[in-house]
Amino acid sequence: MSDPGADLSTAPATPVVPIGFRGWLRWMWRALTSMRVALVLLFLLALASIPGSLFPQRGSKPTEVNAYLAAHPKLGPLLDRIGFFNVFGSAWFAAIYLLLFISLAGCVIPRTRLHLRALRARPPIAPAHPARLPGGIAWVSSLPLAELGPQVLVAAADTLRAKRWRTDHVELNSEVAPKASGFVSAEKGYARETGNLLFHVALLVLLVGIGIGSAFGWKGQVIVKEGGGFANTVTQYDTFTAGRLVNQSNLPPFTVHLDAFDITYQAGGPQNGEPLYFAAHVTSSSAPGASATSAAITANHPLGIGTARVYLIGHGYAPHVVVHDRQGKVVFDDLVVFLPQDGNFTSQGVAKIPDMTPQLGLQGIFLPTAVVDPVRGPISVFPAAQDPALFLSAWRGDLGLNSGVPQSVYRLDMTHLSRISIKALRPGDTWTLPDGSGTVTFAGVAQYATLSVADDPGKGIALASALTAVVGLMLSLSVRRRRLWVRVSNSGSGGTLIEVAGLTRADSTDISAELASLVEGLRGVAPETKE
Amino acid sequence: MPSDATLAQLSNILVYASMTAFTVAMIAFAVSLAAGRGKVAEVVAEPALVGGGQAPAPLQMPAPLLASGRRSGNVGMSLYWLATTFLALGIAARGLSAHRLPWGNMYEFSCAAAFAVSLVFLVISLRRDVRWLGIFVVLPVLLTLGLAVTVLYSTSGPLVPELHSYWLGIHVTAAILSGGSFCVSGVVTILYLAIERIDRRVAAGLTPGRLGFLVPKVPTADRLDTLGYRIIAFMFPLWTFAVIAGAIWAESAWGRYWGWDPKETWAFITWVIYAGYLHARATIGWRGRRAAYISLLGFAAFIFNYYGVNLFVTGLHSFAGVG
Ligand code: HEM
Repeated sequence: MSDPGADLSTAPATPVVPIGFRGWLRWMWRALTSMRVALVLLFLLALASIPGSLFPQRGSKPTEVNAYLAAHPKLGPLLDRIGFFNVFGSAWFAAIYLLLFISLAGCVIPRTRLHLRALRARPPIAPAHPARLPGGIAWVSSLPLAELGPQVLVAAADTLRAKRWRTDHVELNSEVAPKASGFVSAEKGYARETGNLLFHVALLVLLVGIGIGSAFGWKGQVIVKEGGGFANTVTQYDTFTAGRLVNQSNLPPFTVHLDAFDITYQAGGPQNGEPLYFAAHVTSSSAPGASATSAAITANHPLGIGTARVYLIGHGYAPHVVVHDRQGKVVFDDLVVFLPQDGNFTSQGVAKIPDMTPQLGLQGIFLPTAVVDPVRGPISVFPAAQDPALFLSAWRGDLGLNSGVPQSVYRLDMTHLSRISIKALRPGDTWTLPDGSGTVTFAGVAQYATLSVADDPGKGIALASALTAVVGLMLSLSVRRRRLWVRVSNSGSGGTLIEVAGLTRADSTDISAELASLVEGLRGVAPETKE
Repeated sequence: MPSDATLAQLSNILVYASMTAFTVAMIAFAVSLAAGRGKVAEVVAEPALVGGGQAPAPLQMPAPLLASGRRSGNVGMSLYWLATTFLALGIAARGLSAHRLPWGNMYEFSCAAAFAVSLVFLVISLRRDVRWLGIFVVLPVLLTLGLAVTVLYSTSGPLVPELHSYWLGIHVTAAILSGGSFCVSGVVTILYLAIERIDRRVAAGLTPGRLGFLVPKVPTADRLDTLGYRIIAFMFPLWTFAVIAGAIWAESAWGRYWGWDPKETWAFITWVIYAGYLHARATIGWRGRRAAYISLLGFAAFIFNYYGVNLFVTGLHSFAGVG
């Protein structure tokens, strides 16, 4: 009785030996919803997350996974098979949290029922001799029980009710000594269990929110160059992932156009080159032909279009490269996306020009503020395009585009290529290839923005339930459930014995202050008689 | 108005001043602890606490500190207040010099964390006599500050745009404050384990061992156990909120509220371990040693998330500003 946890547990007191199939089922259900198993599952969940933080994960760092696999030919595939590169999508991780949440549901439902009953029930009957409880207090007043008893009980009940205790008042059950006695019992702190249940139910709802997000949510990433744009269809994204229940051919048909990318850097000082501010200035419309609106997307300030949001997650340089062939015909004219390699935007990229014979591949390093370091070679010393240079090496041969193997747009397949020359170009420079096969012009440089577009219809539910969980936790951890009793009985010497006692959970602060204040009030009604 | 550079310099001076004051406080606490070392402990029986109806365990009260110990304990507390004030001013000067909240890189997180630990200790000291705890709390504070000014130092300056968000203020403040509490609780828990071990030795008829002199100076194992628990119970909701605030910030910055980034993963692990700790105590009645190990495991996960993940694991949260 004194341990509310004990009467709340759904676990059987002693393990039952299962009989028959249904017996086994019941036994398994009991075990699953028992606190010990729930605890084991909880710690397993923590344990299972660890490899997900120490090994690269497919979802976020696919290239690092491949690098790991290449570097560890023996261990890598083994780890791959047991899901260490996709921990949070693995069957065993799902098994742990699903079992945990089943256990949680199996625990919360009976507890809710019990709690609803407790909310309507009367506080428990007073023990026969409250003063024998730890911390119990007793004194004798000389007035007879029949006269003083009711006064004490009324005073106690009034005081406690005024302090919002739930009280139950049982009058003297008999006027006859020595059995005559009456009591007030009181209980307070139901919000503890209410908060606790709220918290656990909120966890279940949180899982539902996450589930909705992963079933109906989608996410795409796209690189957009200044002056370019994209429409919200799967084919326009560089990467796209969607929940199982998303109709991918029916995404909201909005379009986004990148008018300009704006960035300022800290110049000078210890944080030279740190970005101070950046923004993608875009024009968007909810459907092709619909009215367009302009907006700036910055870090932490995505653009909302319908229920989807467009985030700015990266940026870089796209040198403008024009290639003419021997006849002076334009065979390539594009902004080429270069990937930044360091904080000063030393960037790498390639251009593939299949429309020449033999084919031409250009591999380049772009430096927004170029310096040729005697040791490290050409590097950029500042991220803004203050003194841009493009270092190109030209390769001739077969680009391998028809081999059927998908190629990265950021890398040349060198197998059937041979290098003909290298050259450093400044904006406006034209390089006549030494074999006379054509010219390469570095026409200028634009910027690009990496945009992430996401729609997660479950996130509102997730947020609301997470905040509810915090409120529930605060109630559950700060409110103390406590019981208190006042009993009056015959002192045996013609007077009245008054006994007061209370109980709380072991971990909570003791109830003695509340007891003392009640006792002080009651002593006013029933002064102690010194023998 | 002094210039930014002057303020930044002033901040450094104040941080060093606070370290000096913490060090002297530590010496005072050490003197207090050593006073009466070797004297026989005066063990007083205490009336049983109003407990959950279980048999009242034999409890001990710390013997009254010897007068000399009390005096140096008071000196220690005064110095502790002074040191914490210096640290607060140092952090404020840093913020003024950079025109932003002064927690944008690991140096600044560390100063704030040391301040949080001290603040939690001082707040507890307003409600009960915890002079005995001073020396044990000042150690991690000095360690954190020492690492901050040597290994993690970076000069004052603006923040990368990703950190321009008021959720930074909310999320990081909540995380640092809960971390400070976990640290104080961890210190109390370690002390609990030491005392509990001495108690077991004594019960088995052995000598108390080298740390035996602590027994009369600090509360009983039972009380340490409860204090360690209370701090966590009080701060766990804040840690939960810190994680949620982080998720809200991640949603607006990266387009997803949870992505199992290493930092997020370890915040989750820490949360789950402490949740398990609260469960173990509340539902299956684990207290004492077994609960203490879980609590320390939770703190270890928190520390790993701070030093381990910031320095050795790469993720989106690469704001350490080290190197
Ligand atoms: C997702 C898994 C779970 C998490 C994260 C979780 C978390 C928590 C936390 C943080 C507390 C502390 C609040 C307090 O001490 O009052 C708590 C309390 C509690 N939990 Fe859970 N829980 C989970 C699953 C379960 C399950 C499966 C059960 C039942 C089998 C359960 C039963 C309880 C009970 C009875 C308490 C009350 C302790 C008390 O009276 O103070 N929980 N839980």
